[in-house]
Amino acid sequence: MAKMTLEELRKLRSSQKSEMSRRDVDGKEIHIIVGMGTCGIAAGAKDALDSFLETIEKNNLNNIVVKQTGCMGLCYAEPTVDVKVPGMPDTIYGHVDAAVAKEIVESHVMKKNLVDNHIVDKPAGDIIK
Amino acid sequence: MHYSLSDMILDLIQNSIEAKAERITLDLIRSDNYLTVRLCDNGCGMTEGELKKVSDPFYTDGIKHSQRKIGLGIPFLIQTVEQTDGRFEIHSEKNMGTSLDIQFNLGNVDTPPEGDWPGLFRQAFCFEGDYELVINRKLVSDDKRETGYTLSRIELKEVLGDFNDSAAMILLRDYMRSQEEDLLSQLKEIH
Repeated sequence: MAKMTLEELRKLRSSQKSEMSRRDVDGKEIHIIVGMGTCGIAAGAKDALDSFLETIEKNNLNNIVVKQTGCMGLCYAEPTVDVKVPGMPDTIYGHVDAAVAKEIVESHVMKKNLVDNHIVDKPAGDIIK
Repeated sequence: MHYSLSDMILDLIQNSIEAKAERITLDLIRSDNYLTVRLCDNGCGMTEGELKKVSDPFYTDGIKHSQRKIGLGIPFLIQTVEQTDGRFEIHSEKNMGTSLDIQFNLGNVDTPPEGDWPGLFRQAFCFEGDYELVINRKLVSDDKRETGYTLSRIELKEVLGDFNDSAAMILLRDYMRSQEEDLLSQLKEIH
């Protein structure tokens, strides 16, 4: 990859935006929130985040908000990811490595099918305000 | 302890953001055997008494995370530099800010690997809030030649908008990786 200048970055961003505005978007946002506390990072949350971005890019998806958050109190199940898709129950997935992250985008986000064997109930009681 | 130096530094940057700093600068200066890290912020700072307690892993101010009883960022750093023949200084002034000056000895076999710098920069830029974070990444060769790049969060935010929009985050990732790859290819030419 050649070194990108700020001007090139600006052009890429504006072409990305005009491409998005051409597409039919229902305006509802999808949220993917990755637990990136020390526990999450130690368990591989960075790989999961990279895999989310790569899969989103590969499938040309938009209207997705990707956020990092702290520990959700589920350190035993890290990396954990909170996925909010309109029309689907808010779901927390555990043990999300790169392959599971890809599956979450391709199955949960794109086909509205939950990903089995990785669903954890909810954040720990002392984390919920 | 953290697996890589970049993860350790993430904790320290997060301290600055949580100290409500509006301006944070991170200098990462890599020479053959040393990595010098300077982190300065204009956050809430600490009194002399508070500063003495930061090395205690069982001390936290009780404000940032009200239910937590530990604060491990600085203790992990101290443990690492002590075990690996590094150096570390912290200065802080109440209501003025805090600065950290760290030298990691990369020649010591127990020093953790550096980790993924562009990944760290992206993470450090994506916390919520309006803080400015300026990162100076610099490589210094044996004959003192310097090469590097600078990233400014405000500048990139102006270009990309909200970093949490996945499309913007992908471009941010590509931009940071391209700066790093270019730097490393320059390094190869020097050697």
